[in-house]
Amino acid sequence: MPPESGSLTTGRFGPYGGRYVPETLMSALDELARVYDDAKRDPRFWGELDALLTDYVGRPTPVTETPRLGAEVGVGVVVLLKREDLNHTGAHKINNTLGQVLLARRMGKRRIIAETGAGQHGVATATVCARFGLECVVYMGEADMRRQRLNVYRMELMGARVVPVTSGTKTLKDATNEALRDWVTNVTTTHYIIGSVVGPDPFPRLVRDFQAVIGREARAQVVQRYGRLPRTVVACVGGGSNAMGIFSAFLDDAGVELVGVEAAGEGLASGHHAASLARGRPGVFHGSLSYLLQNADGQVQPAHSVSAGLDYPGVGPEHAYLKDTGRVLYEAVTDRQALDAFAALSRLEGILPALESAHAVAWVLGQRGGGHWHADDIVLINLSGRGDKDVAMVAELTGAAL
Amino acid sequence: MSEHPIAARWRAIRAGAGRGGGERGGGARRHAALIPYLTAGHPTPAASLEALKLVEAAGADFLEVGVPFSDPLADGPTIQRSTQAALDGGMTVPRVLELIGRAALGIPVVIMTYLNPVLAYGLERFVADAHAAGAAGLLLTDFPAGADPAVEQVVNASPLALIRLLAPTTTPERLERAVRGASGFLYLISRLGVTGARDRVPPDLAEHVARVRAASDLPLAVGFGISTPAQARATAQLADGVVVGSAVIEALGSGGLPAAERLLRDLAAAVHGN
Repeated sequence: MPPESGSLTTGRFGPYGGRYVPETLMSALDELARVYDDAKRDPRFWGELDALLTDYVGRPTPVTETPRLGAEVGVGVVVLLKREDLNHTGAHKINNTLGQVLLARRMGKRRIIAETGAGQHGVATATVCARFGLECVVYMGEADMRRQRLNVYRMELMGARVVPVTSGTKTLKDATNEALRDWVTNVTTTHYIIGSVVGPDPFPRLVRDFQAVIGREARAQVVQRYGRLPRTVVACVGGGSNAMGIFSAFLDDAGVELVGVEAAGEGLASGHHAASLARGRPGVFHGSLSYLLQNADGQVQPAHSVSAGLDYPGVGPEHAYLKDTGRVLYEAVTDRQALDAFAALSRLEGILPALESAHAVAWVLGQRGGGHWHADDIVLINLSGRGDKDVAMVAELTGAAL
Repeated sequence: MSEHPIAARWRAIRAGAGRGGGERGGGARRHAALIPYLTAGHPTPAASLEALKLVEAAGADFLEVGVPFSDPLADGPTIQRSTQAALDGGMTVPRVLELIGRAALGIPVVIMTYLNPVLAYGLERFVADAHAAGAAGLLLTDFPAGADPAVEQVVNASPLALIRLLAPTTTPERLERAVRGASGFLYLISRLGVTGARDRVPPDLAEHVARVRAASDLPLAVGFGISTPAQARATAQLADGVVVGSAVIEALGSGGLPAAERLLRDLAAAVHGN
């Protein structure tokens, strides 16, 4: 089903967004925008995507009520999880990679590149490339490859080449630089599947539209089951694709509180965090204007988070706009809080969340006893991915022997 | 209003009276401009000042000075390393401007960087201070034509020429648009890819040069991947100016000022048709 009309097509969200890229890429961005705008009006495009989402990914994903977690949060509070962890490949990322691979096919591009942090987007890209028989190269920071060895091997099993990035911080920021350098070099044959609502236009709106299926499903599921809208919708924000995906369906529901949770790392005051919206200033990075962790001289500052997927100094430009307008409340939780929430959800509900998603759970747990919600309030958390990839690292951090 | 220093320099070059008088101007040999690129603060702030002066002394016609940025996504490994070294050495936008001011070069200086350090410094303040330091032009790698009319307006209202990059992938429509807002000269990227030395001049360069020449009368410089005097000579047959960056940085980094000077003199001889 096509997304709602009225989406921005100018490439700006208020002052944010835009196309700040080398001239070499401009014709490819024009082509991508043109092909996407055509596809958007083509029911056959959405028909094919919907069929793949159903039969290959396993959509719709369920909404799960969590009675024991809910009881922790407050008496009578209904806490729901939108189970993106149950998608094929274990996270929401595949919603976007499937949409973009169909666009690549329309453009006749047979080579796909991607950047990845935690490896979830890399795995989702490798997956769709295998499915469609396309060459796949994934750039991944050397530090992240160590943190996420299992995902590296999964990508290789599916025929992708994983290129270690040794420059700069050796994490997602530099993997994105390296993917952009590849794209500048091979732009006529290659499509770059950006994994979040970041980068130059049209990526932020296109990725949002492909992730909007999360919010459309979740809103309908909640209304059908409970006959009312959630009080609060919560999602973690790194680049911000799972958050835009679920928020987009509720933006016009004025009574629904929307909360984006950034990674506060070792604490906002420590300087070791990834909270671009809470602590950054607007700047131009990876092709768009948005909030950015930078020093006084405009140099991008390394981010820190226990979760590789949130370990990014930028954030999608639509989030910048939603912060300024006040429509979305952006909060931050620390590594420690996220690890505690990881443990809590595992023990209370038998669901191991990705460390990224655990940040959203942690913020909800952080409100317990605070009177934020009353009985019968519905709190909807986007559980963007499953935690299998993080188990080894959590064990290491908590001193457990595997 | 007096003639812009970049335009004046091109006029002098076209008259066949490049730096040092008219001895190279005779005959039918093409006399193109040499435009080296240096990362400000590389290899060290002190050596960088000497390197800037050396470029002029070795016969270059313009100089591009790079303001280091933490995420140089259009640059290859050589300039990435020089950028990191400059940042590690404490180079900042104010220090780059100070360096340009202290070098006090007689050839026009074009500042080349990414947009964010300029925005962080304050765009209006930057163009004013860059002009005061002696810079004549501004080239922003991640600022294609049409990306941000407000930024474009501020630069165009300043004494700095806004140098536009063009690429082999630039469509005819974009070419029209880019040359409309450009001044000083146009900079054609010789090939798809990032900066850095390559084995040869791309075979389709002449075709792209012709395309740009049909769209604009501005002088045309070509860069990206040009590293040897032979490549520079071949490029000078097509273009008005030849930009050499990574090769100079490499020479400076590995062999110091003497190695950089040898390369610059050979490049100057090659593009000046000597």
